Amino acid sequence: MTATEIQPANTEVRQPILQARNLVKTFGRVVGLDGVSLDLYPGEVLAVIGDNGAGKSTLIKCLTGAEIPDSGELKLSGQPVHFKRPQDARAHGIETVYQNLAVSPALDVASNLFLGREERLPGPLGKIFRVLDTKGMRRKAKEELTRLGISTLQDVTVPVENLSGGQRQAVAVARAAAFGSKVVVLDEPTAALGVRESNQVLQLVRDLRDRGLPVILISHNMPHVFDVADRIHIQRLGKCAATITPESHSMTDAVAIMTGAATA
Amino acid sequence: MTQQQTAGPPATGHADLAEEFLDRQTPLSRIRNVLHRYPALSPAIVLLVAVVVFGLLNDRFLRVENLSLITQQVSVVGTLAIAQTLIILTAGIDLSVGAVMILGSMVVAQLAVSSGMPGPLALLAGLVVGLAAGALNGFLVTRFRLPPFIVTLGTLNIFIALTLLYSGGSTVRGSSMPGLLTWMGSTFPVGPVRISTGVVMMLLLYIAVAFILGKTAWGRHVYAVGDDKEAARLAGIPVNRVLMSVYLAAGAVLAIGAWIQIGRTNAASPNAGVDLNLDSITAVVIGGTSLFGGRGSVWGSLLGALIVGVFRNGLSLAGLDVLYQTLAVGVLIILAVSIDQWIRKVKS
Repeated sequence: MTATEIQPANTEVRQPILQARNLVKTFGRVVGLDGVSLDLYPGEVLAVIGDNGAGKSTLIKCLTGAEIPDSGELKLSGQPVHFKRPQDARAHGIETVYQNLAVSPALDVASNLFLGREERLPGPLGKIFRVLDTKGMRRKAKEELTRLGISTLQDVTVPVENLSGGQRQAVAVARAAAFGSKVVVLDEPTAALGVRESNQVLQLVRDLRDRGLPVILISHNMPHVFDVADRIHIQRLGKCAATITPESHSMTDAVAIMTGAATA
Repeated sequence: MTQQQTAGPPATGHADLAEEFLDRQTPLSRIRNVLHRYPALSPAIVLLVAVVVFGLLNDRFLRVENLSLITQQVSVVGTLAIAQTLIILTAGIDLSVGAVMILGSMVVAQLAVSSGMPGPLALLAGLVVGLAAGALNGFLVTRFRLPPFIVTLGTLNIFIALTLLYSGGSTVRGSSMPGLLTWMGSTFPVGPVRISTGVVMMLLLYIAVAFILGKTAWGRHVYAVGDDKEAARLAGIPVNRVLMSVYLAAGAVLAIGAWIQIGRTNAASPNAGVDLNLDSITAVVIGGTSLFGGRGSVWGSLLGALIVGVFRNGLSLAGLDVLYQTLAVGVLIILAVSIDQWIRKVKS
């Protein structure tokens, strides 16, 4: 296990863990991002909201390596980074949970958590015959779920397709948050869920934050955003219109800024 | 399960009650869950019932010589079904398996007989042919992003044509080949039963492939790619590399199938096994592997091949025309896919 020691929230170190400066991304003549900056601090939930076409997807894709920005810079823990592929971002500890739930339905919970980073048995069985350490991975999956405070997944041998939508989302989130990741990006994690399941996922987001893992949350759902976010980054027409907090502004203010009816 | 839960806050207790209510199962859905968990279970039950029924219908059916004959009849299709399973698990389909195997067997036989190549070298050349055919299919599927159905429909015709061009349409008799080439057709006694080397080879292949699929990361990636390609890619699995390796592995299995085919028929004929591609798909589908990928097991395919073999043999012993055997296989396929669809409806 290479889980890094996670610092408790609200430490006085206020250096952003992830910094984006003046990101520009154009698609032909369409400007997706027009000089966007963003700071993510340790132990906070930063929500990114915006109307359709405001550039929030493009922004997230640039942060997670799915798109390469035309210009601008990206710093992780103060170090400049350049992501060419999603794998690069993942290698640096930025894990993304995609809207379409990147889990394999037929595989069980433990297999999904370890998908793409399976562990083999020690000794000749693992080295020569490349036998997977199924038991070990199940044990570690349980430990990791306990560490992340995910209580909705008791049995790690259940195929993911037998789980409810909220539990599946929990599997996806757990995979993103497990194994020493530094930043978790959640793209519309509650979009397809019912009320109770949404609440489970929002609680999960709070738990991650309380364990010191910063979360970027993209959502259309204002109540959800105002429920869990510490700060809210509002995208409008390819730019950051404002960064507000749930305390400083109301939902109505946020919508007004989003649509251009008001400025922060 | 007690209704009163003392541990945990009341809110959680209520949630558990609600979950318990949702999880309440009818006997039918419980059966479905079990079948869902063990995909090889339903074909195993079908095989068992078929063996019992045909045994009751005709007392010759259960004789060891007859059972041994069934295994020999199944050895070639059973081997092709391994290759087919690998590809269907990735949500693909391979129409060219039979053609690749026949091309391989013709190359092996011609090289050994006409060019006087030693047996082991000729078999190695057959392996190269199988791998090359797999590489072509895999290349077209991964690089040109063509549907496997179309790719292998094309290569099916290409391989048939190559076989006929290469062989000039003539059959090579087993008697003119080196002993190694027909070795798969030889039998040895195990107690009262005679087992053919080809059947043993097929079983060894099943054990090897089942091990690789079940116990290695590669096997898990094959399932993940077939289950949801995009999810696999996002999880960091090199999808194209996995697909390519699956087609290569299938090609290698088909080359061994060619060896078994030469032994089984004691010849290499360019016109043999025209419908073997469909038979292999039949075995896989009856074996409970889903055509939508990501679900199933290689053991199911062995059971599927045995079911088809048992039906054909049992019906012919019962004195029914070969047309009824084909009819029965057709009904089996539709039943198997219907059951698969029903099982897949499992939700929590």
